[in-house]
This record gives sequence, structure tokens and C-alpha cells, in this order.
Amino acid sequence: MAENVPVLIGLVLVAVAGTGAVLVRDPVRQSFVLSLLGLALAALFLLLQAPDVALSQLAVGSALTPLMVLLSVRKVRRKARSERREEHE
Amino acid sequence: MSMRLRLWVLAAGVLGTATLFVLACAELPGFGGTWHPYGDRAVHAALARHTANTIASVNFDQRALDTLGEESILFGSVLGTLVLLRQTRDERRLPPEPARVAPPVRRYALIALPVTLLIGLYVVAHGQLSPGGGFQGGVVVATSLHLLYIAIDYRALERIRPVGLYEVADAAGEAGYLLIGAAALLTGAAFLTNFLPYGTFNTLSSGGTVPLLNAAIGVEVAAGIVVLLARFLDQAVEIVSGRDEAEDET
Repeated sequence: MAENVPVLIGLVLVAVAGTGAVLVRDPVRQSFVLSLLGLALAALFLLLQAPDVALSQLAVGSALTPLMVLLSVRKVRRKARSERREEHE
Repeated sequence: MSMRLRLWVLAAGVLGTATLFVLACAELPGFGGTWHPYGDRAVHAALARHTANTIASVNFDQRALDTLGEESILFGSVLGTLVLLRQTRDERRLPPEPARVAPPVRRYALIALPVTLLIGLYVVAHGQLSPGGGFQGGVVVATSLHLLYIAIDYRALERIRPVGLYEVADAAGEAGYLLIGAAALLTGAAFLTNFLPYGTFNTLSSGGTVPLLNAAIGVEVAAGIVVLLARFLDQAVEIVSGRDEAEDET
């Protein structure tokens, strides 16, 4: 049992981060929670002795995906702002 | 098809999948145990081919065709993004303004950039020896270049990032993988067979075609991610629609 404790902690961290990513509704904040989720998953994979997958997860899940979400949000917000202003005119 | 019939089809499919899944899982080795039939065979085959990292041996030798599929998926998605995020007729490019960056952020990013780049190249080069490989290292290399956007601004990033060149590199990486696979045909072996001499175990040149395929993936992934992020950044920073433009002038 004692040797399973690190894996259990990893699983709990992933569950908490995953639930958090769903519950946070603002996309910008969500991307940060997503990045934390990526980090937790990478730690879990490392604990399960899969460092190759952990590296992929770290690079894609905690850096690349949140960045793409942030860039998309920036584009959409800029567009929405200009359309709102147009309506006011 | 009526709703009722559809539900029956769905039920048949779900039931069939569930049965097959349970049957397949019944013989699985227990979680965390020491006995694993596929693992044992994969490690044995990897050592026989002088590849220190078994995962690299599985990815680029024993199951190289699967990796070709994965690589092609990435290649296809980058291509799709390129088409979707292109500059359309009613859009216009505004040159990005120089941005003010807080000095600590600039210092940190400028120090982290070369370190990250080196780590990425190391991970690609040592794919056949230690955890990592072309995919992981490629993503790290691509990410490291974008630290320039954080450290200075978008114009600085654009200067070191001729997108056309990276598009060519992306295609060259994909083509390189296919050509190395096809080269095995010339020796009379099957597509993607490891036909080169295996070399000395645990050295950079060991593993036959594994380091070559690994490098091809590294180039493809690094260039592909740079191109992908370039399109996203262009849309987020530079490209404005006709309406935005009119608004900017008022």
C-alpha cells in the first residue's frame, strides 16, 4: 500500500486540476488551470514510470495548448470589442 | 431510420464493443506488476537492435508505421490550420506595435531562451538513448523560439522566423521519414525496416535507422509547431478584418 501513495497523490492532483478546468468558466483563467492539469498529468506519468509520455505531456499540455487557447481568446475578444463599438455608433 | 431503430443499432454496437472490450481486458496483466508479455518482448527486441531507449525502438523501429501515421496526422492538422487561418480578402495586416516589456520578464525570457533551445536539441539528439525524442524535443525547440515574443515583441520573433522556410522544413521532415522508410525497400526489406548497421550500444549513432527517423520527426514537429503558432499569432496580433480597420482610423 505504501508504495502506491505517490501514484494516488498524482491521481488526486489530476482529478482536482481536471475538475477545476471544467468549473472555471473564463477561458483565460481556464487556460492557466489547463496548464496546471498538464503539469499534474506529467507528474502522474512520471510516477507511473513513463518519462517519454510525461515529456510530451509537459511540452504540449502545459505550454502549447494553453498558449493556443490564449491566442484564440485574444483574437475573438478583439473582434467582439470592435463589433460592440460599431453597434454603439 | 426511425428513432427506435437507431437506438437498437446503437445498443447492438455498444453491446458488441463492451463484450470485446471485457474479453480483451480479462487477460491483461495486473496493474504495476513485474510481468508484462509485450513489455518483455519489446525490451528484448530493442536490446537486440542496440537501442538503449526501448520506447524509441518501439516508436521508430518495431512500430515505425504507427509513428508515420501520427506524424501525418500532425502534418495534416498543421496544413488544415494554415488554410483555415489564412488572411482572407476582407482582412488586412497591421504592422505590430513595439511592446513595452517589464525588465524582469525580459531578463528571464532572454536567459531561458538559449537554455530551452539547447535542452530541446539535446532531447531530440538523445531520443534513442534516454527519455524523449523527436516529438518532445521538437515541441521544446519550437516553444523556445517563442520566448523571443515574450522577451521583446512580435517583430523580433518575426525577424528570426521566416515562415516559408519553416513550411519547407515541415514538409522535408515528413518526406525524410517516408524516404528513409522507402530506402529499406531498395535493400529488399519491407517498408520502414531497420536496415542500417545497429552500431555500438548506448552511443549517439546506435540503433540503425532509429536516430535518422527520430531526427526527421524532430525537424517536422519543430517546424510544424512554429508554422502552427505563426498562424495563431498572426491572427491574434497582426491581422484585422475590414471593420476593425475602419474603427482604428476613427
